[in-house]
Amino acid sequence: MSPTASRSPNPIPIKQRMKVPRQLMPEQPPLLRACNFKEVNLGYSEELARHEAQRCLECAKPTCIDTCPVGVKVKEFVQLIVAGEFMAAAAKIREDNVLPAITGRVCPQEDHCEGGCLMGKKVQPVGIGYLERFVADYEQQHMDRSTIRRAEPTGKKVAIVGSGPSGLTAAGDLVQKGHEVHVFEALHELGGVLVYGIPEFRLPKQIIREQIDYMRAMGVNFETNVVIGRTVTINELMNEEGFDVVFIGTGAGLPVFMGIPGEHLNGVYSANEFLTRINLMHAYEFPKFDEPMLDFRGKNVAVIGGGNTALDAIRSALRLGAGKAYVLYRRSEAEMPARIEEVKHAKQEGIEFHMLTAPIEFLSDGNGWLNAARCIRMQLGEPDASGRRRPVPIEGSEFNLTLSVAVIAIGTSANPLIQSTTPGLATNKRNYIEADPVTQRTSRQGVFAGGDIVTGSATVILAMGAGRRAAKSIHEYLTTNLW
Amino acid sequence: MFKILNAEFIAPGIKRFVIQAPRIARKHKPGQFVILRVYEEGERIPLTIEKSDPPHGTINIVVQSVGKTTHLLNSLKTGDSIRDVVGPLGKPSEIENFGTVVVMGGGVGTAMAYPTAAALKCAGNRVISIVGARCKELIILEHEMREVSDELLITTDDGTYADKGFVTDKLRQLIENGTRIDLVLAVGPIPMMRAVADMTREKHIRTIVSLNPIMIDGTGMCGGCRVLVDGKSEFACVDGPEFDAHRINFAVLVQRNAMYRTAEEKSMEDFQRERDSLLAKVHAEQEAECALQGDPR
Repeated sequence: MSPTASRSPNPIPIKQRMKVPRQLMPEQPPLLRACNFKEVNLGYSEELARHEAQRCLECAKPTCIDTCPVGVKVKEFVQLIVAGEFMAAAAKIREDNVLPAITGRVCPQEDHCEGGCLMGKKVQPVGIGYLERFVADYEQQHMDRSTIRRAEPTGKKVAIVGSGPSGLTAAGDLVQKGHEVHVFEALHELGGVLVYGIPEFRLPKQIIREQIDYMRAMGVNFETNVVIGRTVTINELMNEEGFDVVFIGTGAGLPVFMGIPGEHLNGVYSANEFLTRINLMHAYEFPKFDEPMLDFRGKNVAVIGGGNTALDAIRSALRLGAGKAYVLYRRSEAEMPARIEEVKHAKQEGIEFHMLTAPIEFLSDGNGWLNAARCIRMQLGEPDASGRRRPVPIEGSEFNLTLSVAVIAIGTSANPLIQSTTPGLATNKRNYIEADPVTQRTSRQGVFAGGDIVTGSATVILAMGAGRRAAKSIHEYLTTNLW
Repeated sequence: MFKILNAEFIAPGIKRFVIQAPRIARKHKPGQFVILRVYEEGERIPLTIEKSDPPHGTINIVVQSVGKTTHLLNSLKTGDSIRDVVGPLGKPSEIENFGTVVVMGGGVGTAMAYPTAAALKCAGNRVISIVGARCKELIILEHEMREVSDELLITTDDGTYADKGFVTDKLRQLIENGTRIDLVLAVGPIPMMRAVADMTREKHIRTIVSLNPIMIDGTGMCGGCRVLVDGKSEFACVDGPEFDAHRINFAVLVQRNAMYRTAEEKSMEDFQRERDSLLAKVHAEQEAECALQGDPR
């Protein structure tokens, strides 16, 4: 893994590169952005991008690639940035990742490429995510879609269920092999969790639309307003609509509630509903858009949970005028699954973090509206099955927290719609679809699955990795006909 | 875009739409609903399917003007389009030969009860239908309900047509007369369904109601439509919309449906002021979309 010299045009000698600080991402000032839904990060300029790329040590055995779920050739695209070949860098990323503008924004890079970056062992790792985003945005501004080449048709038809990250990735990979790809989406807008789950200030809708337009130009067909399992079943797709293969990438679906008293009170939301209102339905633009949101300006809002969804929800609440915005998490900050950058941004914006705290009851104002949460403090005990230290309630530590809105962001469970309407599709104990971790094959011939409906709640990039593996094995199946 | 092949008022403020939606028509079963969005900035609202015609690829919905979205929808005419229609959603009604079934429709709820009444009749039940509304003009689907019922009883609150009173008065009479009732299906305003539930609970008559809480996606994803059933949350969109009336907490349903009242009132005020310009916008959006699809209107 020793850094090697190369003929790169990099003006900075390898030994000096560790001394160059990581280039900061320009961002909206915290107090300003806490009042708007515009993107927090503003993106690198060409100059910043080249500076950052020049920090790369050009490892002979780069571990940044091994740690990427879709295997983006990080070192090669970073070197193309150093050379100023931005379009070539974009093309290099696209060999492995059809959604670079999205992953460049929402990937937990610290767990993948940047976590694998050798430089990170001593100083800050190369800003690979920022560089990916730069290249993707550059490509969007400079590309000519008419030059996108379509592969020779194979005559095979693939149905993709769900237009979220796993489905889009599988669709992009398969259309490039010449298969006829149709993506079915239950909602009225394409993008799945990217659209209903992730807020504008982290992933602008326009970016998703551009990535999808790119896929349309590649030849992918999209149909919205189709709920597979209700509008059409998997069997009908295969037996009547002529699909050779179906890939199920529907996401996890059902929100998990806490099962504590008072969850039905007005003002208690699932994160899915809270975020769907804001993101998909544009409730933050009421009355320009018809979907309403409670008026909680100046009032207290709390989210329960410590993942990216929780932070997306509470930062949205802050932007809608919440007086106090709290994160209540039952473990400590070290165990929070959220991206490091999101935690940093949330703190800068004034979100208050109450660690080792969990609600045990939602209290009513007497008229059916949430008034407070009865909470209890926790301490960390022995590690549990997840390897994280188990939170244990501290007796007698109960207290009331005044709240107008509480958003429950503690995870999701499997939506049973497809499982219950597809005979012979095996599921596990928790009703997730069983799929081979390498081939993504299910128990039904010609049916593949990947993403949250197989693994339970995970990340965009892990779902994309599953989509990629599925595309590879779907292509194998379609060319060999061997199951 | 989903084309409106026919739209006509069947009562003051109540319009029936015939919508081209072949995929939905093919799969629809009584008791199921669609979610629609009229235009790009619109909200998603659930509406029960009154009837489907698979060979022609159409579904019917019956819409009463209540808030902004339903007023806007009812401003659309034959030849217009609806931006998004998705379905059929929810579990179909349980249809079997129960014996004698009383089907109750309050106001526009009659249109929702109708397909289930027809299916129950086909399954061999003796169907006694009770249809009620505030006044004569608001009694809908009388002819259709008569066709699928062995007996049809009608009430109006003000007595301008048939018998003065509420649908529950008729139900009480049936019970008091000793009519054997194996199942009651009630669809209408929440106070009506709640009154029916209270009346049949003590007599141990199995009672089904079709609930219409606030929904967004309709696939179980958001949990906004949760209702308390025996003290536990269930989702009307995937576990319903029909539930055992005796297990429903109606007070919580009323409270949750009132969650956005202030915003809804504002939307309605804005709509009344800007109705014409909004309609122009909706039409422009439809034309742009049709041009995109190469469909000359």
